[in-house]
Amino acid sequence: MNNGWKWENFFEAFPLILKGLGATVGLTFACFAFALIFGFVWIFLKHIPNKPFVWTVDWIMIFIYSTPPLVQLFFIYYALPMIPVIGVTLNPFICAVLGIGIHYSTYISEIYRSGIESVDKGQWEASKALNFSAFDKWRKIILPQAIPPTIPMLGNYLIIMFKEVPLASTVGVAGILTIANSYGALHFAYLEPLTIVGIIFLTLSYPASILIKKLEVKMNTRFDKNTIIAKPNKKVHKKMNFERSDHIV
Amino acid sequence: MSEQSVKDIEKINTLNTEQIVKYRNVTKSFGDFHVLKGINLDIYSGEKVAIIGPSGSGKTTIIRMLMTLEEPTSGDIIVDGKNLWKMKRNGTSIPANEKHISELRGNIGMVFQHFNLFPHMTILENCMVAPIHVKKEDKKEVQERSIQMLERVGLGNKLNFYPSQLSGGQKQRVAMARALVMRPKIMLFDEVTSALDPELVGEVLEVIRDIAHNDDMAMILVTHEMDFALDVADKVLFLDQGVIIEQGTASEVLEHSKNERVQAFLRRFRKI
Ligand SMILES: Nc1ncnc2c1ncn2[C@@H]1O[C@H](COP(=O)(O)OP(=O)(O)OP(=O)(O)O)[C@@H](O)[C@H]1O
Ligand SMILES: [Mg+2]
Repeated sequence: MNNGWKWENFFEAFPLILKGLGATVGLTFACFAFALIFGFVWIFLKHIPNKPFVWTVDWIMIFIYSTPPLVQLFFIYYALPMIPVIGVTLNPFICAVLGIGIHYSTYISEIYRSGIESVDKGQWEASKALNFSAFDKWRKIILPQAIPPTIPMLGNYLIIMFKEVPLASTVGVAGILTIANSYGALHFAYLEPLTIVGIIFLTLSYPASILIKKLEVKMNTRFDKNTIIAKPNKKVHKKMNFERSDHIV
Repeated sequence: MSEQSVKDIEKINTLNTEQIVKYRNVTKSFGDFHVLKGINLDIYSGEKVAIIGPSGSGKTTIIRMLMTLEEPTSGDIIVDGKNLWKMKRNGTSIPANEKHISELRGNIGMVFQHFNLFPHMTILENCMVAPIHVKKEDKKEVQERSIQMLERVGLGNKLNFYPSQLSGGQKQRVAMARALVMRPKIMLFDEVTSALDPELVGEVLEVIRDIAHNDDMAMILVTHEMDFALDVADKVLFLDQGVIIEQGTASEVLEHSKNERVQAFLRRFRKI
């Protein structure tokens, strides 16, 4: 056993571990993207006008977010292939995206819901009075108002998921943690590589969370009179002038 | 003949005789609470109808059912000859589906007490979004028409402003332009000035007056502005506790009503 801190281990392990960062970040974004999309699937399912169906969906969601993501990951990786008929063996990366992504999609769907509920009732009524189809109502009126205020919260979940993806190492998806572990096993030195992992997580998560705080302030004042006056909508202005001069010609 | 009744006859002569909206024994309850108790009402093409009455009498509910924001408990609402909430299938009457309702809803536009503009769009976009996406009209044509309409309501110089940058009166004028570019056959106004500061009421009424005198769509106005109702309405309904207790020309109801309750209501109003 190799006791104590050795800088040569630190400098040797650092570039090796850093090589795994791409995989960790990539997996994070893959899980996040999946959760963002699947979050909408839950919302869609819950808007189907059939009470027993919606209750069933509710219970499935409660089940998913009340059980640990690690259990779900193991289930998809180890148990799913053993189910008769529908059982399939998936590659570890897909398992990780499904396991972590589905788990967090239930949280993200709750965030969407809070955003949707914050849209004024009058907006739904105006959409109806203007005879919007359900699809256009969501696309043009409701979601453009519901989603922007939730962006900071969604960003928080991106950070949380970044910290969760090392779970994927348990089913054999490589990342900074797996590299650190194997470095430790090989050299009988865990102190330096795991410290490095901690440092990497900190240097990415902390600035990201500060960025998100800033975003939050910005979002809260988004429809504020003064902030908008200070920044007129240039895009629309340009487009308009162009189109108008277009048919004057 | 008095000047007022000459004016009334002129108005009636210019009306189309076609009923654009009919209410037949329409009731509405929220739980045990009977808000409307058997409403019968005819509105002719181009007719301007004012609904007045005490708070809670059901005025808003009457027009919200026509806008399909509320479903009647019983009775029929006929729009342009078709039953709004029911359709025929194999000879029997069944609840209308969304396709049926949306076809008829296209005839109707509404201006709300609290404007309900889309805050994430400029006022020009507010006007353009429905004609483009709902009626699938040509974008250029819609844009021209929207600009004309916003100019008409006096906001031609604010096309790229967001609703949050406008006063209440300006917002309400945008809301009217937005409803008008859809070219409805019937426009509903629910106390459109009562959320406004008093000094902004005039500019909004002016726009409605302009629409009422120059456009040939039917209008139903829920209002507390009696002088305004007298000026623009062909017909005035007095609603009390869910029942139309008096209807007639504006002058009949607002100036010469024999009904005790109507008189008491109007007296109270004059005093305020
Ligand atoms: N969604 C609802 N649920 C329960 N009660 C309702 C609902 N909408 C309206 N009501 C009740 O129905 C009655 C009539 O309401 P409505 O808004 O039509 O009155 P109104 O004549 O427009 O009154 P006001 O002049 O105050 O606007 C009121 O007592 C109101 O509280
Ligand atoms: Mg009302």
